Amino acid sequence: MAEHHTKIPWHRNPKVRSIFFQVALLAATVWVAATILGNTVENLEERGIRTGLGFMGGAAPFNVGFSPFIEYKLGESTYTDVFIIGVLNTMLVSVLGIVAATVLGFFIGVLRLSPNWLMAKIASAYIEIFRNVPLLLQIMFWNFAVFLPILPAPRQSWGLGATAFLNNRGLYLPSPIVESAAGVWLMVAAIAATIVGIIILRRWAHRRQNRTGQPFPVLRVALAAVVVVPVLAYFAGGQPFTLDFPFLDTFNFEGGMRIPTPLFALWFALTTYTASFIAEAVRGGILSVSHGQTEAAYALGLNRKRTLDLVIIPQAMRVIIPPTISQYLNLTKNSSLAVAIAYEELVNLWAGIALNQTGQALIIIAMTIAVYETLSLGTSAFLNWYNARRQLVER
Amino acid sequence: MNIVKSMAAAAALSVAAVGANAATLDDVKEKGFVQCGVDGGLPGFSAPDDSGQMRGIDADVCYAVAAAVFGDSSKAKFTPLTAKERFTALSSGEIDVLSRNTTHTLHRDSALGINFTYYNYIDGQGFMVKKNLGVTSAKELDGAAVCVQQGTTTELNLADFFRANGMEFTPVGYDTSVQTREGFDGGSCDVLTSDKSQLAAIRTELKDPDGAAILPETISKEPLGPVVRQGDDQWFNIVKWVLYALINADEMGITSANVDEMKDSGNPAIARIMGTEGEMGKDIGLSADWAYNAIKQVGNYDEIYQRNVAPLGLAREGSVNALWTEGGVLYAPPVR
Repeated sequence: MAEHHTKIPWHRNPKVRSIFFQVALLAATVWVAATILGNTVENLEERGIRTGLGFMGGAAPFNVGFSPFIEYKLGESTYTDVFIIGVLNTMLVSVLGIVAATVLGFFIGVLRLSPNWLMAKIASAYIEIFRNVPLLLQIMFWNFAVFLPILPAPRQSWGLGATAFLNNRGLYLPSPIVESAAGVWLMVAAIAATIVGIIILRRWAHRRQNRTGQPFPVLRVALAAVVVVPVLAYFAGGQPFTLDFPFLDTFNFEGGMRIPTPLFALWFALTTYTASFIAEAVRGGILSVSHGQTEAAYALGLNRKRTLDLVIIPQAMRVIIPPTISQYLNLTKNSSLAVAIAYEELVNLWAGIALNQTGQALIIIAMTIAVYETLSLGTSAFLNWYNARRQLVER
Repeated sequence: MNIVKSMAAAAALSVAAVGANAATLDDVKEKGFVQCGVDGGLPGFSAPDDSGQMRGIDADVCYAVAAAVFGDSSKAKFTPLTAKERFTALSSGEIDVLSRNTTHTLHRDSALGINFTYYNYIDGQGFMVKKNLGVTSAKELDGAAVCVQQGTTTELNLADFFRANGMEFTPVGYDTSVQTREGFDGGSCDVLTSDKSQLAAIRTELKDPDGAAILPETISKEPLGPVVRQGDDQWFNIVKWVLYALINADEMGITSANVDEMKDSGNPAIARIMGTEGEMGKDIGLSADWAYNAIKQVGNYDEIYQRNVAPLGLAREGSVNALWTEGGVLYAPPVR
């Protein structure tokens, strides 16, 4: 058989063309990036702006007020410490916000579909109010118009006995002072063992219920264990830490630990704002599950709550999770608005104070961007993994 | 927010082709106005009046530069900046002059690509407290929460002062001076620290001005003045000498009211400032009547001070801001 098809000229070969355009695009991208970098370096030099990472090891000449995870000592702590504190404080408010917004968002979302007219309308009103007001305004509202005016001055603090105090500077709690490290490790081990035990118990109870139909009160047992085991371990470990109680000094409480008011205001605002979006995602997810599922569950004799827990929500999750991931990422990024109310997170401490005191704008902004990228990509990688597990397995 | 400005500045540094050091004077003449970075919310220094016109000792420097360059003081435009934004705004070319109560320090002069001209107000940092705390000295502030504006030398002096005296404090840092005031008013701190002139201005805007007192200590030197980009000597000279001219006019008794009579003065020193003798204007690249226009339209240093700063309750007489001939430190080199 004779070969009859004419050879396609190289410039019309789809494969060659696609490789050509990809190489061209890559080259253009590299060229643009190189030009930007080159221009930047040249312009910086020409303007006599010094740049480099050398400043990171130097002592930071300013004070940091809220650093719950590592100790900040004025005159000794470096710019690197300031950076780490900024990242940790951003993560702290983000994690708190994500947890609270998820709980509140689910609650409001389910409530909005409630057959109770009043409840459903209240949920609708909540969503419309909180998602339509700019977040910066909400943050400033909670801080300057609610928390600061309502909470008392330090000398008129609201106290819970002599252990905890609340005033317009923050919440003051006793902090633990470690007396014996071995005892603390014993406690940590005991608590870890408890958690592992609860997980095993839950699996066992699940299997037993599948086999015999008998439920086991896992939650109650778990709660009891979580309370009892640490207390027992505390005494078994020879009381390995004591508590440092806050006490009133000239201006304010000293000792113990302080959770500053701006953290509450920011947490509150991020939670209520993000929850309104999550509630809508939840509502959409629930409505996406065919009503036949509900009717089938009712026909089996499940009540409304169990229908929701066992039939509707598990199927709705695959619709709820993707938009909720976006909300988690938004919440993390929105925490940067804290600068308006003096909560010391990354943008405030690092892209704000450190940037201005060193003048290293390019490097500091680049590092800040890298942190948000990392946090966002990490969060979404984890949730995508979770979402993949939640998807319906179709045969 | 400041991050937007910082990003914009970073982008400007990246994308703008080289040659941004082109003569600022030519750029200014081409666009037809001087773009001036100010605080914009600090009475006495730069704040809009009832008609929206920017007023204050910092704003007047800009009006004077505009008058010297264009013969028309109204050719000044203003960009309100936070303390954190100001240097990037200047080095990225967003503004031509930074006249925003900015302290001259070695680090800023050497590492940020900017140059300080001279001083239009010499200040010092102090503390303001609520009277009901019963504090009478800054040395009694151990353990206090201190409201401070971020990105300022104030923040650093504060840390130094407490460290030097073995005291502790909790910083409560805000982005703008308005937020700092609201924080202090709302009780988020015990003490507000800033330059003393600013404390006087902020105090007038508190809910209860009489409930707050400024402590006697001055813990730092804060020479404040206009700043320009490094690398453009001509523009640097223009801004510097406009300010010198206003101070020289004060010293020689030339005011906006008598400047026209002074134009005919036989005094050679005055004649040189008026541009009727010598070629001073040509030397710095402006018209001969550059200083005449600035003085005529804006007034000499004393007029500017009395109009803007004196109403805050900060008398010039006997302060460091008086002329060197009257016990102060303001000393302008001769125009010749």
